[in-house]
Amino acid sequence: MSNTKYILGHFEDPDDMMHGIEKLQENNVKIYDVYTPMPIHGIEDKLGYKRSRLPIAAFCFGITGTLVGFSMIYYMLVYDWPMNIGGKPPFAMPDFVPICFELTILFASYGMMFTFFYANHFFPGRAPRVMDLRATNDRFIIAIDAQANPYPDKINSLLNEAGAIEILHNERKYVSYE
Amino acid sequence: MAGHNESILREPLITGENITYSQITEDILAPVENKPNKAWWIGFSIAVFFALVWVVTISYTFWVGLGSWGLNKTVGWAWDITGFVWWVGIGHAGTLISAVLLLFRQNWRNSINRSAEAMTIFAVICAATYIFAHMGRPWLAYWVFPLPNQFGSLWVNFNSPLVWDVFAISTYFSVSLVFWYTGLLPDIATIRDRATGVRRRVYSILSFGWAGSVKNWQRFEAVSLILAGVSTPLVLSVHTIVSFDFATSLEPGWHTTIFPPYFVAGAIFSGFAMVQTLLLIARKVMKWENYITMFHIESMNKIITVTGSIVGVAYLTELFIAWYSGVEYEQYAFLNRISGPYWWAYWSMMTCNVISPQLFWFKKIRTSIWASWLLSIVVNIGMWFERFVIIVTSLHRDYIPSSWVMFYPSAVDVLLFVGSIGVFFTLFLLFLRVLPGIAMAEVKLILKSASDQSKQKLIREGKVKPEQAEEYLQSLEKYDSVDYLKV
Repeated sequence: MSNTKYILGHFEDPDDMMHGIEKLQENNVKIYDVYTPMPIHGIEDKLGYKRSRLPIAAFCFGITGTLVGFSMIYYMLVYDWPMNIGGKPPFAMPDFVPICFELTILFASYGMMFTFFYANHFFPGRAPRVMDLRATNDRFIIAIDAQANPYPDKINSLLNEAGAIEILHNERKYVSYE
Repeated sequence: MAGHNESILREPLITGENITYSQITEDILAPVENKPNKAWWIGFSIAVFFALVWVVTISYTFWVGLGSWGLNKTVGWAWDITGFVWWVGIGHAGTLISAVLLLFRQNWRNSINRSAEAMTIFAVICAATYIFAHMGRPWLAYWVFPLPNQFGSLWVNFNSPLVWDVFAISTYFSVSLVFWYTGLLPDIATIRDRATGVRRRVYSILSFGWAGSVKNWQRFEAVSLILAGVSTPLVLSVHTIVSFDFATSLEPGWHTTIFPPYFVAGAIFSGFAMVQTLLLIARKVMKWENYITMFHIESMNKIITVTGSIVGVAYLTELFIAWYSGVEYEQYAFLNRISGPYWWAYWSMMTCNVISPQLFWFKKIRTSIWASWLLSIVVNIGMWFERFVIIVTSLHRDYIPSSWVMFYPSAVDVLLFVGSIGVFFTLFLLFLRVLPGIAMAEVKLILKSASDQSKQKLIREGKVKPEQAEEYLQSLEKYDSVDYLKV
C-alpha cells in the first residue's frame, strides 16, 4: 500500500465537479469532503448532508432576546422603581416593543453567529485545515480518503472521465501553515 | 445551480471576455495585493487631512464644551443631530443591499454588497461620534445604558425614544458588523491562501480557519439567509426609531405620524446616493468596470428615483396635512419653512431631493456616469438640508415668539462635519486596501449564469431565439465596459 493519504481531484468547472461526485458515488467511492471557492447549491443533498439546524438556534436565541428585553424592562420600570410619568401607568407595554424587538435581533444574530463559529470550529487564529491552496481561489476540489478507498487507479480514471484537470495524491492531509 | 442558464433577456452582471474564476480573484484582489496607485494616495492624503481636522475640532469640543457650537437656548439641537441623522441614513443602503436585495434574489447586489456594508459600518461610526459629542460630557456616555448606579437604582426611562435609539443604533451597528465580517470570511481565506509571510499570518488569524468545505458553505448560507431575514426589519426599525426622536415630541413640524416611512425612504435614498458616489469612483480607480457594470449603476439610479419620489410625496403630504389639520402652530411651522428666514434651506432641499432625481427618468442621464455621480452628490446635499430643515426650522420659532432666534453654525460645527466626512473616507480607503471591496465568492457564483461571456456563448451556439439575441445585444450598448464587442 502506498503512503498516499488523500486523493484530490481538481476541477475547473463546478458542473464537472458535480458530475465527478455522481461518478464516484455510482462506483461506491466514498467522498471525504469537497472544497470550493463558492457555495455550490444542491451539493448537500448529493452528499447526504443533513439540513443545517442553525435557523432553529437563531429562533431560540431570538426568543431569549425578547424575554430578556421584556423581563429587564418590566423589572426596572414596573417592579424595582415604578415612576409616575405624567400620571401614566408604569406598565406601558407598547413602549416595551422597540427595545424587545432590537434585543430579539441582537440575540438572534450574535447567538447564531457564535453557534456557527462553534459548529465549524472557527475562532481567530485557528490553523486553517486546508487541503489545497487553490480551493479558495479557482479550483473545485473533491477529496477522497485513500486509505478507506484503496484503489487509486480506479479513482484516477473516474476523476479523469468526469473532467478533472489535475489529480493529486497527497501524503499529508493538510497544507502546512508554519 | 451554476449550470442553469439565465434568460437571455436579462442584462449581464459581469462583462469582459475570458473571465475565469481566477481572473475574478486577480481583478478583485489587485488593490489588496499590490502597492496602492497614485489616485489612492491622493485621495487618502486628503481624507486623512480632514480626519485630522475632525480630531482637532472634536478635542476642542470636549475641552471647552458645547459652548463652542452655535447652539442657543431655543435651538438646542442643530448641526450635531443633522449630522447624526444624515450619517445614520447613509448607513441604511448597505444593509438594504445586502439583506433586502438578498431576500428578493436580486443578483446584482453580489458585486456591490461588500463595499456598501463597509460603508454602512463607517457611516454608523461617524453617526455615533455625534451622539457622543452632543452629550457634552462624553465620559458619562454609559449613563444611557440601564446600569445599576450609586444613586440607588434609578434606571433609564424606557418610555423615551432616545433610549430606544440607544438600543436601535447599537444593535444596528453590531448586527451590520457581524453580517459584514461573516460574509468576509471566505474572501479573507482567499487572500490568506495566496499570501506569504507576515501577511499570510495576519489573514490566517482573520480568516478564523475558513476552509471552504461543504459544511462550511452550508452553514454559511444558512447564516447569511437568517441574518438577511432579521436585518430587513432591523434596518426599517432603526430609522423608524430615529424618526421617533422627533415624532413623539410635541414640537410643531416634528409631531407627525408620517415620519417613520418618510425617514426610512429618505435613508434609503441618501444611502444609495452615497453608494453611487463611492462606487463610481472605486470602479474606475480599481478597474472594476467588468463587475460593477452599467446595469448596477442604472439599477441604483432607479432605486434613487423611486425613493426620491416617495420622499417628494412625503414633503407634499406634510404640507397638506399641516394646512388640513387646522392647527395654527403646525401651519405656521410649515409656512415658516417655505418662506421664513430659512427658505433657502427648504428650497435647496426641495430642488435637490424632489426635482433632481426625476432627471433619472431619462435613460441618457440614468446611464451616464458623470450625470449619475453629480446627481448622487446633489442628493447627498439635499438630504443633509432635509435634516437641517426638519431640525432647525422647527425649533427656531416654536410657540413663544419672545424666544424666537436664528441658528448660525460656529466654525467648530462646520469643521466637525467636514472632518467627519474625512474620517469616513479614511476608513473607506483603508478598507479598500486591506480587504476585498467586492465579494469574490458571490461574484463567482453568478459567473456561469449572468455573465456576458456565457450569454454570448449561448448566442453563438444558437440556443436562443434570434430576436431575443438581438434585443440582448442592443441592451449592451449602454455598457461602458463592452468595447470588445464594438470592434
